[in-house]
Amino acid sequence: MEDKIIKQISLFSENKSGKLASIASNLTSANVNIRAFTIAEAGDFGIVRMVVDKPDVAHSVLHNAGFTVSETSVLGIEMADVPGSLSVIADVLGEHNINIDYAYAFVTKSDVALLIVRVDDIKSALKVLSNANISLVGMSDIEAI
Amino acid sequence: MIEYWNPQIERMHVDELQELQEQKLKELVHYVYQHSPFYRKKFDDASVKPEDIKTLDDIKKLPFTYKKDLRDTYPTGMFCVPNEQLVRFHVSSGTTGKPTIVGYTKNDIYQWSLSLARALTSIGVGRSDVMQISYGYGLFTGGLGMHYGAEEVGSTVLPTSAGNTEKQLELMQDLGTTVLACTPSYMLFMNEAAKQAGISLKNDTKLRIGVLGAEPWSEEMRTRIEDLTGIKAYDIFGTSELSGPLFTECTYQDGIHIWADQFLVEIIDPKTGESVSDGEQGELVITTLAKEALPLVRYKIGDLTVKTSEVCKCGRTHPRIMRVLGRVDDMLIIRGINVFPGQIESVLMNIPEVGEHFMIIVDRVNELDTMKVQIEMTDAAFSDKVNDIISLEKRVASSLKSVLNLAVKVELVENGSLPRSMGKSKKVIDNRKR
Repeated sequence: MEDKIIKQISLFSENKSGKLASIASNLTSANVNIRAFTIAEAGDFGIVRMVVDKPDVAHSVLHNAGFTVSETSVLGIEMADVPGSLSVIADVLGEHNINIDYAYAFVTKSDVALLIVRVDDIKSALKVLSNANISLVGMSDIEAI
Repeated sequence: MIEYWNPQIERMHVDELQELQEQKLKELVHYVYQHSPFYRKKFDDASVKPEDIKTLDDIKKLPFTYKKDLRDTYPTGMFCVPNEQLVRFHVSSGTTGKPTIVGYTKNDIYQWSLSLARALTSIGVGRSDVMQISYGYGLFTGGLGMHYGAEEVGSTVLPTSAGNTEKQLELMQDLGTTVLACTPSYMLFMNEAAKQAGISLKNDTKLRIGVLGAEPWSEEMRTRIEDLTGIKAYDIFGTSELSGPLFTECTYQDGIHIWADQFLVEIIDPKTGESVSDGEQGELVITTLAKEALPLVRYKIGDLTVKTSEVCKCGRTHPRIMRVLGRVDDMLIIRGINVFPGQIESVLMNIPEVGEHFMIIVDRVNELDTMKVQIEMTDAAFSDKVNDIISLEKRVASSLKSVLNLAVKVELVENGSLPRSMGKSKKVIDNRKR
């Protein structure tokens, strides 16, 4: 089940103009494609989180550009693009006392949406989601999107 | 086996040392009274004659000399020798006003070199060492001062001066530098630059000793530097008015040895001017006993420190002052509370997640002083959960508050975004002064 873990790129950024442009241009030059992207804003700083097709390349190019960056293990959970899908997933995790640290979603070209979550216990989350017949995507699926 | 440059002097019995000081002090007051109109007037104004100084204790009768005196008599009004006897000038940076000019006779330069030769020997620097001097050469006393001291000891000098770090690292490797003399800030900068170039100062160079000074740095910063670079880091102390860099700790790293045959140390209560006992904090006052061009009587440097007269474990009998954490000039007064940047450095360097660089920003908002400390987000401290970062900021702020008794806002900024320095670093921005 380890292949269902997604390497998310997380990056510390001061809340200043031009920061995002710099991140984006570094990724462009390395030919890295962003699949999902979100910024958690907290006053003076923000944390940029993104799912990309080539996380290792993205990590090294951003690190070399001087950013404080890490690869974080998250889950990519498939949701049918219909009302109620999110609640099914949230219920399963909640019933098993697995806490969601943060989550964000995006819609793919197909009819499924993807929910990216970081949880406090990723191993248990993998197990309970699979027991509930909820599909997860892995890095190879992300690359193929 | 402890090495001494001049064992007779360095291990001289304390009583004999004091006799020597007494003799030299008496000569000094006659000398300045005779050769310096400035001191003649100062002594006359204080109704003290050279003949009144009979014992060491009589030094209390003498007036203090202030940095302001040097500025008021700019450029050379306090000099005791004519131009023909001078062989060099140095000029202080003058960040807080007019620069001060220091002049040297040939013997002044020699005495300066001797002081450093003793100091360098006491930290284990000798003929087989290659000493890279990355203090600025020029008007600043750091570069040339260290240069003459290192040559006196017989080490091979690599006079790189500050800057051009890539070249510094290349030469360090090619020529096998074992001793690096620079500011602690530049040491950190060089370590970062080395890391970026794929060089480990610990494994890829022969560097074993750092002679670091020209700006205040804390014991905690020493630990950081030693851990990061694998060297032994020694504090060097001095100020241009006394010649330049002059004194270091010995290998025991337990206070800076002040050569008593050349300089007389007093620690006084800044309020009363009375001397305080050993072990009590006070203001450093130094009288030069061997300078010709610009001797200084009871010069108030403005450093707060503690003195000990106990014989050091290394066997040297000369008094020691504990590392200087700041000058009175550097002290910030925030809402009536005295804060030294060194105190903040000590707290920060004790928190493993906090990197080596920081900036203190003082402002006045609605008639109230505020202090903000910026620290850099390091790879080790980074979490992609916002709460983790906010709680790190809070933890640092509460550590600072417990030491300073002052609310401080802590702000994490991007790694590498705070200014790096090749010389004396600027760690405070005080916007109240505008």
